[in-house]
Amino acid sequence: MFRLWSKGIPEDRGGAWFLAVLAVVAVAVPLLNQLVPASSALHLSVFGITLIGKYLCYGMLALAVDLIWGYCGILSLGHAAFFSLGGYAMGMYLMRQIGPRGVYGNPILPDFMVFLNYKSLPWFWYGFNHFSLAVVMVVLTPGLLALVFGWFAFRSRVTGVYFSIITQALTYALLLAFFRNDMGFGGNNGFTDFKDILGFDLHSDGTHVVLLVVTAVALAASYMACRTIVDSRAGRVIRAIRDAESRTRFLGYPVESYKLWLFVFSAVIAGVAGALYVPQIGIINPSEFSPINSIEAVIWVAVGGRGTLYGAVAGAVLVNYAKTYLTGAFPEIWLYALGALFVLVTLFLPRGVIGLLSGRRREKADPKPIE
Amino acid sequence: MSVRDKRLQLNNVTVSFDGFKALNDLSLYVDPGELLCIIGPNGAGKTTMMDVVTGKTRPDSGTASFGDDYDLLHLSEADIVDAGIARKFQKPTVFEQLTVFENLELALAGVRSFLKTLRARITDAQHKRIQQVLDIIGLSQLRDAPGRILAHGQKQWLEIGMLLMQNPELLLVDEPVAGMTPQEIERTSELLLSLAGEHSVVVVEHDMAFVRSIARRVVVLHEGHVIAEGNMDKVQQDPKVIEVYLGV
Repeated sequence: MFRLWSKGIPEDRGGAWFLAVLAVVAVAVPLLNQLVPASSALHLSVFGITLIGKYLCYGMLALAVDLIWGYCGILSLGHAAFFSLGGYAMGMYLMRQIGPRGVYGNPILPDFMVFLNYKSLPWFWYGFNHFSLAVVMVVLTPGLLALVFGWFAFRSRVTGVYFSIITQALTYALLLAFFRNDMGFGGNNGFTDFKDILGFDLHSDGTHVVLLVVTAVALAASYMACRTIVDSRAGRVIRAIRDAESRTRFLGYPVESYKLWLFVFSAVIAGVAGALYVPQIGIINPSEFSPINSIEAVIWVAVGGRGTLYGAVAGAVLVNYAKTYLTGAFPEIWLYALGALFVLVTLFLPRGVIGLLSGRRREKADPKPIE
Repeated sequence: MSVRDKRLQLNNVTVSFDGFKALNDLSLYVDPGELLCIIGPNGAGKTTMMDVVTGKTRPDSGTASFGDDYDLLHLSEADIVDAGIARKFQKPTVFEQLTVFENLELALAGVRSFLKTLRARITDAQHKRIQQVLDIIGLSQLRDAPGRILAHGQKQWLEIGMLLMQNPELLLVDEPVAGMTPQEIERTSELLLSLAGEHSVVVVEHDMAFVRSIARRVVVLHEGHVIAEGNMDKVQQDPKVIEVYLGV
């Protein structure tokens, strides 16, 4: 009778479905935009592409949150910080690409610097006219912050709700810092008015189609990387840490280093998601750091289904679709709807929408309750 | 298997918590291959003694060594595990979401770092070893069952199995039969007796009938100090022990 559990352990049917859907999106979106005439009802406007691109970026952020929360029990309420830092790094490149086409026509200084009376480019803006440096920084900035922050937090054995609170404080601190004009990141207004990326016009449909396809590929690659990790022995150690941390330590596993590397990897995925988000949306400002964004990301994961990876992406898309609809139709009820959704899912769908779909709801739900 | 000849030796170990002496000038030894039972009333220092041996608690004074080469007071918890000391906690903690097999896999001696476990594959020899331990602890039938469905006794055996995967020289076992059914207790004493010889085993236990069934040498702790030592009969007739235990 115990054969029951041995079947289907390494095979990843949900993941196969997920990648298939992603592939369909990556093929259908360009076709519907480029080949279907604008007069047709099936034509996908650039607005639609941007929306789908945004959902996919949020899907990547949700994936990053699920990797650490669903599998290792680390509830980060500051993942939007890594997302935003990746976005800012990309934004700096896009700002430098504007060059003399800005309102003030300064070939070196972005508009906001001219406006704020900067005499010269701050040192940390050097090199951001090169795409390659921006890409490096997209990975490095969130990665390094997660490394330093995680090193202190995990080494001091900060866990559970305390960890969640300090991650929330981290993103709030960054929010306040990026609001300041003298930080050199555009203060309140952030970056916008982007013109092009790698020489391609950001106002053309074609560029948006390519960005969407790149995002889909990045999401698929992140998914497969996460899947590889969680299916390896390291992944079993990570789940062991979630279930019984000190027991894992007693087996000789350096628990802190597992948490740290997982946290860093997760932060990098979030950073890349942010970097893909900014050119598609066309703006990045400090509000991206606001604590509610990180909390929303956690809700996406909870709604979709913790500890499945693809469930997190599904949750991100579903909740954001609902958000797009509700904030348009009934703007005042959105936050209540979000809160109610979270409560209902926690109470009635501990395994999320995916748990409901897969029909394998176990009486005792797998993940431990939120700590 | 390598030569197993390390003797655990604690000399004059004192541990105090805010003035309360959990261990008071405690000295004891465990010979290679021996099965030693430690008994004592609540608060006698049994758990603290294990904490000292495993590096969780550092004593205020005294020495603790394992063989000639390992000074337990200056090794990290992980290094002590590497030195061959394994501990089974009172409450069984197996990994509930992992299968019995996976529980044993994680307990395998060998790679521990993130980057190495990322690429680790089970070798044939390791597979055989896991199977062997499954047989020893009697859980072969349940190898693919998740830890959470196991009965209490099965969890305890699985945990002992996990310790065995590390091939320890010394097993510290804290109250193994608490909460077990008589059948489970009997099965556990067989298991522990079969392990002695190959491993040194230290069992801390309250259950006198159980101790009597497995013990060769018994050490009685009271207020952080050894008050009696010897075989079960000798210990039970010791006036100090009778006083402490009120007629056991």
